Amino acid sequence: MTREISRTELFLGFLKIGLLGFGGIAPWARHVIVEERGWVSDKDYAAVLGIGQVLPGPNTMNMAVMLGDRFQGTAGAVLSLLGLMAMPLLILVGLATLYARFAAVPWVGAAVGGAASGAAGLVIGTALKMTRNIRPTPMAWLFGLLAFVAIGVLQLPLVAVVVVLVPLSIAAAALERRA
Amino acid sequence: MRGGLLGQIAVTFASLSLVSIGGANAILPEIHRQVVEVLGWMDDATFAHLFAISQAAPGPNVLLVSLIGWQMAGVAGLLVATSAILLPSAVLAFAAGRIVARWSETAWVRVAKNGLVPIALGLILASGLVTARAADHDALGFAISGGTALFLVLSNRNPLWALGVGTLVSVVCTLL
Repeated sequence: MTREISRTELFLGFLKIGLLGFGGIAPWARHVIVEERGWVSDKDYAAVLGIGQVLPGPNTMNMAVMLGDRFQGTAGAVLSLLGLMAMPLLILVGLATLYARFAAVPWVGAAVGGAASGAAGLVIGTALKMTRNIRPTPMAWLFGLLAFVAIGVLQLPLVAVVVVLVPLSIAAAALERRA
Repeated sequence: MRGGLLGQIAVTFASLSLVSIGGANAILPEIHRQVVEVLGWMDDATFAHLFAISQAAPGPNVLLVSLIGWQMAGVAGLLVATSAILLPSAVLAFAAGRIVARWSETAWVRVAKNGLVPIALGLILASGLVTARAADHDALGFAISGGTALFLVLSNRNPLWALGVGTLVSVVCTLL
């Protein structure tokens, strides 16, 4: 079912995700893992991300640990996590050092603003693309929309939304399976 | 004294790691309370400044914690803070992943995964909308977000193309 992914591939793949991950690493993680390298399917990826979401910690970090472990055990998990964090940490220190000097230059502000808008678009596009590829059942549509409205529109607390919607969504999936 | 500070950084962030369901955004108010009000490590302005930088860098939002560590104790502080906020939750994810993998052939794990998929999709779309609302201050911003989203859906090319064009358009429109 799953193909062999070497430790080097894991480390380099996650290193790339971290390097590209301006404006959040979630869209880049899917692009590299599903589209570019084909390590897992969209559905499999969403499931791992969903588990990562209900656990504490950043969902992409949790995803990296779980995928790393799946392909290469403990070493894979450690390498994936290190790969994912290495570039962001380096860039962070560089940015912090430079930021104070260049923040007032007008085109720097415009570039950062444009990149931020684009990054938001990437996240939206990623969700739409995954939805198209996964072809959710009617029940899945309902719960996806509920989660979106609760967090995106009503801005309810995430923990409360997850605690209420996840059990209901799983129960609905169970019912749909039986039907 | 320095060892004391590093210890304090480790304890502060490690204790937040296992309650950070939803990542750093969920515990942002608590990080602010601890760092500014309880520990008095920095004032509001410095905190806001660090937050802005952590948002601009690639990577997860927990980088704010790394940056706080760096501000307080240099490279050692950066490494201690990053490990403290990430390791406990990573170990838990590791254990959870093993449990799920062991039972993955059973019907109820498959059902649970099917139930989690739409929630994950809805939450990604929601975070896109929340980010867009924060990032887009004018029609140009919304156009860039919309165009980038469309590019991603319609094309299999590297998203970096869309991001680069959006950034360029923003710079050109501002300078004209």
